[in-house]
Amino acid sequence: MKLKYFAWVRERIGTPEEEVELPHEVETVRDLLDWLKARGDGYAEALRFPEAIRVAIDQEHVRHDERIAGAREIALFPPMTGG
Amino acid sequence: MAPAFEPAIRTQRAAFDIAAETAALTAGRSDIGAVVSFCGLCRDEDGRLAALELEHYPGMAEAEIGRIAAQAGDRWPLAGLVVVHRYGVIAAGEAIVLVAAASTHRQAAFEAASFMMDFLKTRAPFWKREHLADGTLGGWVEAAAADDEAEARWSAFTPR
Repeated sequence: MKLKYFAWVRERIGTPEEEVELPHEVETVRDLLDWLKARGDGYAEALRFPEAIRVAIDQEHVRHDERIAGAREIALFPPMTGG
Repeated sequence: MAPAFEPAIRTQRAAFDIAAETAALTAGRSDIGAVVSFCGLCRDEDGRLAALELEHYPGMAEAEIGRIAAQAGDRWPLAGLVVVHRYGVIAAGEAIVLVAAASTHRQAAFEAASFMMDFLKTRAPFWKREHLADGTLGGWVEAAAADDEAEARWSAFTPR
C-alpha cells in the first residue's frame, strides 16, 4: 500500500511517500496512525496529536474510524490552509 | 433547458488572467445574467511576508474541488463555474485562487462563489508555508477556526 505525506507531516516523517506492508491487525485509519507512530521518532513527532491529522483514502477525505481494506493510496496531512 | 453545468477546474503554477477566465465562462452564451468572481491574493502582513509557498496533493486537489463544485451545482442553478488554484511560490501581491460562478440571476452566482471558497479553504488539499521578508523560510500556516465556522454556516443555509 502506498502512503503519502504532505506539509509538516511530510517534513517530520522525512519522506513524501513510501510503500508499506501492513499487518493484518491494522484495520482502520486509527490503527494505521497508531502503527505508524511506533515506526520511529519522525513518525512519533508527526503523529503526536493523531486527532489533528487529516486522512484521505484514494484521494477522498475519510474519518479515523474508516476501514482501510482495499485502499491503494492513503494520504496523511495537516488541516488544509488553501484558498 | 439550460446547457449542462460543467465546472472548469485547474491547478497550476502559473498566474491566471481573471478577465480571460470570466470571458470564457460567458463566451457564445446569451442566457447568463450574472458572473460573480472572487480572487484570493497573497498578503504581505504589514511587510512580514515576501511570499507564500503552496503545497498541494496533485490529483486529489482537482478531485476534491470537483466534488465541491458538484455540490454547488446541486444547490444553485449555475450556468458555469471556473476554479483556478495556484501552487508553488506566490509573491505577496499575486493572486492565489480564482472562483467565478455564472448564473441567470445574481443571487445564485454570489452564493455559489462564496460556498466554493468556504469549502475550498477547509477541504481542498493545499497547505501554505510562509516565506519571510528577510529571505528566510517561515512556518506552515495554521488552519483558522473561522474557516471551519464559515463552512459550517452552509449546513443551515437553504438557497432561495
